[in-house]
Amino acid sequence: MEVIFIIGSNTKETHPVIANRMIKAFRKGAKIIVADPRKIPMVKFSELFMNMRPGTDIPLLNGLAHVIVKEGLQNEQFIAEKTEGYESWKKSLEVYTPEYVEKITGVPKEKIIKAARIYGGCRRAGIFYTMGITQHACGTDNVRAIANLAILTGNIGRESTGVNPLRGQNNVQGASDAACLPNVYPGYQRVDLPEVREKFEKAWGAKLSPMPGLTATEMMNAAIDGKIKAMYIMGENPVLTDPNMHHTVKALGNIDFVVVQDIFLSETAKLADVVLPAACAAEKDGTFSNTERRVQRVRKAVDPPGVAHDDLSIILDLAGRIEYDMQFSTPAGAFEEFGRLWPAIAGIDYHRIAHRGLQWPCPTKEHPGTEYLYKDGFPKGKVPFTVVSYTPPAEITSDDYPFVLTTGRNLFQYHSGTMTRRVVPIEEHAGTPYVEINPEDAGHLGISNHEFVKISSRRGELEVRARVTSNIPAGIVFMPMHYHEAAANILTNDVLDPVVKIPEYKVAAVAIKAV
Amino acid sequence: MMHNITVKVCMGTGGVAAGGGEVLDAFLNEISSEGIAASIEKRCSPGKVGCRGLCAKDVLVDVIIGNSKVTYQHVKTDMVPRIVKEHILESNPVLEWAVGEDYHNFHDRQQKVVLSDCGNIDPEDINAYAAVNGYIAARKVVTSMTPEDVISTIKMSGLRGRGGAGFPTGTKWEIAGKQDAKTKYLICNADEGDPGAFMDRSVIEGNPHAVIEGMIIGAYAIGADKGYVYIRAEYPLAVERLKKALDDARTENFLGKEIMGTSFNFDILIKLGAGAFVCGEETALIASIEGQRGMPRAKPPFPVYQGLWGKPTVINNVETLANVPYIMRNGPEWFASFGTEKSKGTKVFAITGKIKNSGLIEVPMGIPLREIIYDIGGGIEGGRQFKAVQTGGPSGGCIPADLLDTPVDFESLAKVGSIVGSGGMVVLDETDCMVNIAKFFLEFTRAESCGKCVPCRIGTKRLLEILERITKGEGKPGDIALLEEMSVDIKMASLCGLGQTAPNPVLSTIKYFRHEYEAHINEKRCPAGVCKDLLTYSVLEEFCKGCGACLRACPAGAIKGEKKKPHIIDPSVCIKCGACLDVCKFKAVKKE
Amino acid sequence: MVTLKINGTEAVVAEGATVLEAARNAGIYIPSLCQHPKLTPFGGCRLCLVEIKGLPRPVTSCTTPVSEGMEVVTTSPTIERLRKTVLELILSDHPNDCMVCEQAGTCTLQELAYEYGIRENRFEGERRIYAKKDGNPFIERELEKCIMCGRCVKICDEVQGVEAIEFGYRGFDTKICTSFEDDLDCEFCGQCVSVCPTGALTGKLWSKQGRKMGVKEVDSTCPYCGTGCTITYHVKNNEIIRVTSNDDTPNEGLLCVKGRFAYKYVSSPDRLRTPLIKRDGLFFEAGWEEALGLIAERLQGIKAEHGPDAIAALSSARCTNEENYAFQKFIRAAVGTNNVDHCARL
Repeated sequence: MEVIFIIGSNTKETHPVIANRMIKAFRKGAKIIVADPRKIPMVKFSELFMNMRPGTDIPLLNGLAHVIVKEGLQNEQFIAEKTEGYESWKKSLEVYTPEYVEKITGVPKEKIIKAARIYGGCRRAGIFYTMGITQHACGTDNVRAIANLAILTGNIGRESTGVNPLRGQNNVQGASDAACLPNVYPGYQRVDLPEVREKFEKAWGAKLSPMPGLTATEMMNAAIDGKIKAMYIMGENPVLTDPNMHHTVKALGNIDFVVVQDIFLSETAKLADVVLPAACAAEKDGTFSNTERRVQRVRKAVDPPGVAHDDLSIILDLAGRIEYDMQFSTPAGAFEEFGRLWPAIAGIDYHRIAHRGLQWPCPTKEHPGTEYLYKDGFPKGKVPFTVVSYTPPAEITSDDYPFVLTTGRNLFQYHSGTMTRRVVPIEEHAGTPYVEINPEDAGHLGISNHEFVKISSRRGELEVRARVTSNIPAGIVFMPMHYHEAAANILTNDVLDPVVKIPEYKVAAVAIKAV
Repeated sequence: MMHNITVKVCMGTGGVAAGGGEVLDAFLNEISSEGIAASIEKRCSPGKVGCRGLCAKDVLVDVIIGNSKVTYQHVKTDMVPRIVKEHILESNPVLEWAVGEDYHNFHDRQQKVVLSDCGNIDPEDINAYAAVNGYIAARKVVTSMTPEDVISTIKMSGLRGRGGAGFPTGTKWEIAGKQDAKTKYLICNADEGDPGAFMDRSVIEGNPHAVIEGMIIGAYAIGADKGYVYIRAEYPLAVERLKKALDDARTENFLGKEIMGTSFNFDILIKLGAGAFVCGEETALIASIEGQRGMPRAKPPFPVYQGLWGKPTVINNVETLANVPYIMRNGPEWFASFGTEKSKGTKVFAITGKIKNSGLIEVPMGIPLREIIYDIGGGIEGGRQFKAVQTGGPSGGCIPADLLDTPVDFESLAKVGSIVGSGGMVVLDETDCMVNIAKFFLEFTRAESCGKCVPCRIGTKRLLEILERITKGEGKPGDIALLEEMSVDIKMASLCGLGQTAPNPVLSTIKYFRHEYEAHINEKRCPAGVCKDLLTYSVLEEFCKGCGACLRACPAGAIKGEKKKPHIIDPSVCIKCGACLDVCKFKAVKKE
Repeated sequence: MVTLKINGTEAVVAEGATVLEAARNAGIYIPSLCQHPKLTPFGGCRLCLVEIKGLPRPVTSCTTPVSEGMEVVTTSPTIERLRKTVLELILSDHPNDCMVCEQAGTCTLQELAYEYGIRENRFEGERRIYAKKDGNPFIERELEKCIMCGRCVKICDEVQGVEAIEFGYRGFDTKICTSFEDDLDCEFCGQCVSVCPTGALTGKLWSKQGRKMGVKEVDSTCPYCGTGCTITYHVKNNEIIRVTSNDDTPNEGLLCVKGRFAYKYVSSPDRLRTPLIKRDGLFFEAGWEEALGLIAERLQGIKAEHGPDAIAALSSARCTNEENYAFQKFIRAAVGTNNVDHCARL
């Protein structure tokens, strides 16, 4: 890889081993561009750091495209052969001059031009992002803006290129593939298409609903409205991970019957009517699919504690009790059925991945797996440029809430902390919640390092210790999401992206004062 | 009184330390003060000059009137009025303060190439260098010669590296010149670290422009556009003069873009070393310039192929580079007329130790050691017996008296188990214990080992421990064999020149002075009377008058005795300081 | 490609390869302590010395690039003598407490001492003793066991990009420490621990938990972020005592602090051990029969009364593909609603 463009990903802390790979490329001469509101650790390896304001990804990305087009760095052949809508999209870029983009993003125009030249001048360039892109009310458009940049330069469909979202959790990819999603069956096959539905009804021997279901965040709203009477939660902790915690707690309180199946009595489990003890990853067999779609083996190393069971056994038992025949009884059997219904993994079996995983699509037993997608073109033929325009974050700062709060992870803790916070050395080293604040802001507010501050938003307030650091610009504060005793999601905004319903964790207006 | 009058005051580090600055001021004051000022001022030009070599006699001052020169030694400020009055005003040199025969011997036996202008010109004045044909060679090279011509001239001269290993300079340049790389570097190694060595410092202090000119020529030959002088931060005067010289050379367009109207670009940066001996090793030096810890790396690949920042890099020693302009000016044949068949030219040595005229000398290669020590050096101090000369610093070896006729050149010194090295020469006499000398050098290399490779890091420590044991009288049979075994393995297995040569002092002292080791180990005796733990002081009853001088002088209270009766030294209390021996007027204290 | 002769046999390797790589490629063993395939050559341990025709002295094979027609001898009486001397020197400054050392059985130094049969040592002498300076909860440092191979320093810099540690001091007093012995600024990835060839760097959590005897190794996938590093659980008496990763994995043996050191959640006393049923706001332990019976009854009841869409389900990105597949199938086919989602968005 010659150019690595990292936007909205704190790779060194959230995907440390992928950062290792980036550093390896860097040592071999790859240039790294970082765009982030915070001076994240990867900046150390960057050729160029664009310290942008939160929520200004679209103007920044459009600004890069503007310069690329203006300087003639676009990949004309790729555009002609594989894309559509270029001309009208190009017109939409006109306003995004470096001067205009500088005004919105705070990134000096020279840097915008330089970044465009580095990325646009390279045909082996990859873009990497995580929730810094998606957790916005305009998250879908952010991703589209990234895709525009990739197809403008033809940096997709070949090795060392692409649009690379880095999955935050061990099996987000797999849970999505397996269709723990309200609108699709396994393998992204839409529930609202009758022929698809028939295929699954036949395979599963049951009548299936033609109505797409509710997303996680919509479920909470429906619960508030009294439309949800029972909820079954397997291995999730929405109380801590959903935005606007008070809202989530209220929603769960409104549900008649809540089942939580977990390895710990999580904040959510405490609100349940029945709690089922599950086996953890080290206590069961199966597979995880990583961020590169690599299906890899999970193996049982130890027995679960007490009478805890693995999740699959619990589901099978429960299905039996309501007289539904699941048709398999082992993880291998479940995987095999999954493969029968989704050709992309039909070629994968436990035997083939005994030593090393395989990346789907892998349609036959002879297929070596697929390292990168779109080698032979896009599924729908030509891929469109999408006009995306800048919309400011849903919540902007005001006199009452003058700071922008952005949230994320740190290196040591993981998600809601149910696992890592029970590991003694991790807690010893990184067991205290904090808010990062710029020294200048801290000075104005009379806040000193390690002292408690009170942070409030329109949704709630909390007290937490300040970590004064110049890695964060003035006007912005950062909180990690891991700590229940100072849960960042008390403050975050539950406004959703209209398309994929991701909440805007990355921008909320808050007020801060010393206590 | 119509002659030109010049006063030259030695302002090398030795000169300055001895008060050269004050002496210079005194001359300036005296000359410009009342009465005599008007008549003399115009003609007299007190200048600052660099090192004259014979540092033992600093501050040295030349007073030149017309063609006659008188050199004064040990000049102090209070001597200045008389010199000015009697010599300059009345033309009666103060002969009792002038240097004597040994000073002339010291100089007459030498052959100066590199040092020829040191001590004669003001090193802080680029015009002074130009006045002695400075930069003529560089101009000729960059305006009218091809790099190949330059390289073949240097090859013809037979110049070999003066930093220690003696690699042919022309060949090194030739390899670097052939490397197909856009960027190449030339580094001048001025990280002189051998104890007692100050050749490079003196050259830079005395004639920095010669080094710069040599670098311009070298850079042109190999195609480098950037040079570094890696110099010890402990050499502030050399650094200061070098900085000024570089600035002046830039002003004159001898450095910078399009040098002397040609398309050749070359500039030089100064990089200060932080005092690690190992940074004189070229790969460690490169690491240090790159901002890393000064640790050597393995060769091959050699720096001429992959050096600084991975680019072809030539590293030449100060003296090597300072020879270059003289070779280009006077021709390779002239240079090759000095020295031996394989070791051409001259070499600068710093002679120190138990010698009368310690200082800096430049001699033709091949000169016998004896001439250096007895004719130039004036022999051993205090009429004591010569024992050995240690050449090449901590990497070298000791050469005994019966090999004094060994010619000083790369091959001959190697044959007797030592090296030319960078040019340090420490003269030892009968009062030096050879085991202790080996220990001294091992203490140095042990402390200066970078710690990277096992044989050097732990091996030198273990060697030292055995030597310490021997000098404490705890030597065991088999220790000599073990020392030899280890030394051979450390030399073979170590990564860089430091470890590969660190055992040399041990091996050469065992080779030539095995009996001293045996005396320490088997008889628990130090023949030179140096190793304290092996000494006993006793009172010879027959000579002792019971005066009590030793009793009063003993700081440990180890001596007892009544007045007028023989005293006794209690060996369990004695700290072997030798105070009793020094104060006894009756030679009644015996050390054995 | 470059052709050279190793011990008289022709070998062909890619240009730029080192002599050591060429030899290993050809199945010829050369001992080494400091060389590591992930790191640039160091050349400090001197064990991989070989003789090369035309060179005046033995050179380290790990630092010497191959060249056409090169003739290499990897073992000879001189070479073996030098290796033995080097090993003896290292061991003369080593605690040699393999009996109680965490690394015993996986220690390269121990293995080499065994191979070269070093029982007597010609070089007795002073050993380095350090005052323990150890604030961190992850990595145990026993600097007395450090052989200064530099792997930890290099992996921290070259691979991890952190540069937390450096070589400090000189000669025999050289030690691995932070720059100017300042406070440690470390990511605790433990990469250094994974490449340490001796017991100088080990995991604090590993202490006295088990070494090789009676330990079962199980390959699996890390349960933390989406990178999906392949890990190996070391299990003794039904407890995970260590996590490592092999070099031939997609993650090339690299792990982060969570993957390597955050495994104790598995045996946390907080783990749920039995089903719980809430009555009047308090949880009571229950059997599976009772708990699952209750769930089946309530789900069926609510479905009957309010329809299947009154039931919602959240699955987990933490669970396996098989569990997720089964869960959504259960919700869709057995319960009858598409109200199933997981935390991909959060």
